[in-house]
Amino acid sequence: MSLSSRHLLGLYNVPKEDIQLILDTAVTFREVMERPIKKVPTLQGKTIVNLFFENSTRTRISFELAQKRLSADTVNFSTSTSSTKKGETFKDTVKNIEAMKVDMIVVRHQSAGVPKFLTQFSDANIINAGDGQHEHPTQALLDMYSIREKLGKLAGLKVCIVGDIAHSRVARSNIYGLKAMGAEVSVCGPTTMIPRGIENMGVKIYNRIDDAIKNSDVLNVLRIQLERKAGTSIPSLREYHNFFGVTEERLAKKEGEILILHPGPINRGVEISSEVADGPNQVILNQVANGVAIRMAVLYLLGTQN
Amino acid sequence: MKILLKNVSLLNPDQKLDKKADLLIENGKISEIGSIELDEKDGKVFDLEGNYCVPGLFDMHVHLREPGREDEETIETGSNSAAAGGFTGIACMPNTDPAIDSAEIVRYIIEKASHHLVDVYPIGAVSNERKGETLAPLLELSKAGAVAFSDDGVAVKTSDLLRSALEYLKMVDAPLIEHCEDEALADGVMNEGAVSTELGVPGLPSVSEDLIVMRDVLMAEYVGGKVHIAHISTKNSVEIVRSAKLKGIKVTAEVTPHHFTLVDESLRSYDTNLRMNPPLRTQEDVDAMIEGLKDGAIDVIASDHAPHSLEEKEYEFIYAPNGILGLETQLGITLSELYHKKHLSLAEIVDKLSVNPRKILGLPVPQIKVGEIANLTVFNPDEIWTVDVKKFLSKSKNTPFDKKLLTGKPTLTINNGQMFSQGKFESIV
Ligand SMILES: [Zn+2]
Repeated sequence: MSLSSRHLLGLYNVPKEDIQLILDTAVTFREVMERPIKKVPTLQGKTIVNLFFENSTRTRISFELAQKRLSADTVNFSTSTSSTKKGETFKDTVKNIEAMKVDMIVVRHQSAGVPKFLTQFSDANIINAGDGQHEHPTQALLDMYSIREKLGKLAGLKVCIVGDIAHSRVARSNIYGLKAMGAEVSVCGPTTMIPRGIENMGVKIYNRIDDAIKNSDVLNVLRIQLERKAGTSIPSLREYHNFFGVTEERLAKKEGEILILHPGPINRGVEISSEVADGPNQVILNQVANGVAIRMAVLYLLGTQN
Repeated sequence: MKILLKNVSLLNPDQKLDKKADLLIENGKISEIGSIELDEKDGKVFDLEGNYCVPGLFDMHVHLREPGREDEETIETGSNSAAAGGFTGIACMPNTDPAIDSAEIVRYIIEKASHHLVDVYPIGAVSNERKGETLAPLLELSKAGAVAFSDDGVAVKTSDLLRSALEYLKMVDAPLIEHCEDEALADGVMNEGAVSTELGVPGLPSVSEDLIVMRDVLMAEYVGGKVHIAHISTKNSVEIVRSAKLKGIKVTAEVTPHHFTLVDESLRSYDTNLRMNPPLRTQEDVDAMIEGLKDGAIDVIASDHAPHSLEEKEYEFIYAPNGILGLETQLGITLSELYHKKHLSLAEIVDKLSVNPRKILGLPVPQIKVGEIANLTVFNPDEIWTVDVKKFLSKSKNTPFDKKLLTGKPTLTINNGQMFSQGKFESIV
């Protein structure tokens, strides 16, 4: 069994079989992680570069840990300023790194499309660790893994992604992945955070959190940040919390179970209350552990492909 | 020197001329039209069966990068590119560095272009340094030779400044060319809609353009000034211009070949050569462009020729600069997409590519008449060719049309006693 592509650029158009294979492979690695010696020699001799043009300690650490456990050699390249602003083009930067003979590149960048652009001039396997507001496929895979782990399936489940959908790469990857796996996907947020034309992606839209809770088996709650244009898309974090925050009170009205996911880091008291974040319905810390297993699975499947 | 154009269809809607004949050029002037014989040893004879001879084409929206970015284009290379594309005249935008906001720079450009086949007409900035704060010396610029005024790259910043500029320009009867984009809605890098949502690319909403078109139309009506809408791209904007014209408001509009052919769907490739401003819109907008060209809401086809260095076009998508080359593909795309698809007749195309831009800028339309200077473009509407960016005379290479098969190609470009033919310039006097 192997993946149909030699890169993981996103979950757009990725066949169900590939997602299934990654999730199943991750189960094995999840078991490895419970062993006293958490290392396997699978990627020995492979060199992987973590190319992070945008700060993300969590995602980088998760990838690094996955690489170490697969016995790969890892190099980190992190910079928060765009290479183009330093007078060297992105292409030059990457070509320089590639000249050191790397097998795989894990890339995070502020610009959508960068992982795809990389495939045009690099021979390495490219793994997207987040590109602009476009995709973050390993996050969506670990979200799906966590749901499946808890509920035993994905097909037929009603999953709602709550928050700033317009600016979320996690939302887009989740929509593609979950739909491929047969889940029903909806999004919920203030109208200003729901991007134009999202219905073309085949999702339902809720503008009231109570409706979303009522009609969903799973809520994937996104972190709300006051961005550059603070005050124009939502008046305040307080108002967001009052109208869209996931709280015990709101969940209590739900008949039946609901599973709460959050990609982190959590803004307690904004998109989610502390009680819910630490409560019985959430799998937030499982997500973190599962993230390493998912990344091991992706690296393994791409790194051992022929 | 004598040049005989044999068996060519003479077409100039401005003269109501449409007939097949031979045309003799002597020392750069049209000396005879009719049935003419010329011995090869007395001059050059071109058998132009199937070709059309029209008043030299004119592109009123060109970015030459001189002064400032001579690594991307110079007045010379841009003019060469124009001649190769069949253009005998161009108007160049003032977003150079420094901007064309002083008479010296206007004169510098005119002087540098004066020896060339292609006539180059500078467009002056509306505001000093194009900052949108204070009026540039519009009368001085006009006197030095600027034919129109624009802060292209951005819209005239405030309604206040727009009003002043339009009032002031009435004294020289020159149009204000507007890049229509509401600054407050200009954060994105591609058309906002279902595709930008899927691609996770910040969107530029069409309403950003519509708002400024509406503002300018209302201001032109109020003041009685002349506004020309540059690179129109949305369905609503075309509708606004159309109804403004019906009301007698002095507004004209141009569209680029890419806006009547390409759509935002193509950006799925994240090709930075598809990044432009205004961005590629939807099929509905493309259809509205063609409709506007047909019913006259859109007067002009202009390229918005915008050279950029290869390095810059290899930036990451959100950091890459906007704009593509246009001069050397414009006629071919127009003929392929509008003439061969039966949207416009050749006479209508000559109006949009030669007659109308000159009239908007207050320039005389070259006449195909004995005694006139030969300012002519000869093209073959049926010649099939493949775009090869390596053969471009422009200094830059940023085009999404490389390798594209087009039907219709310029054969000869003639003006100012010079001729461009088969990749070479030669004197014909
Ligand atoms: Zn412009």
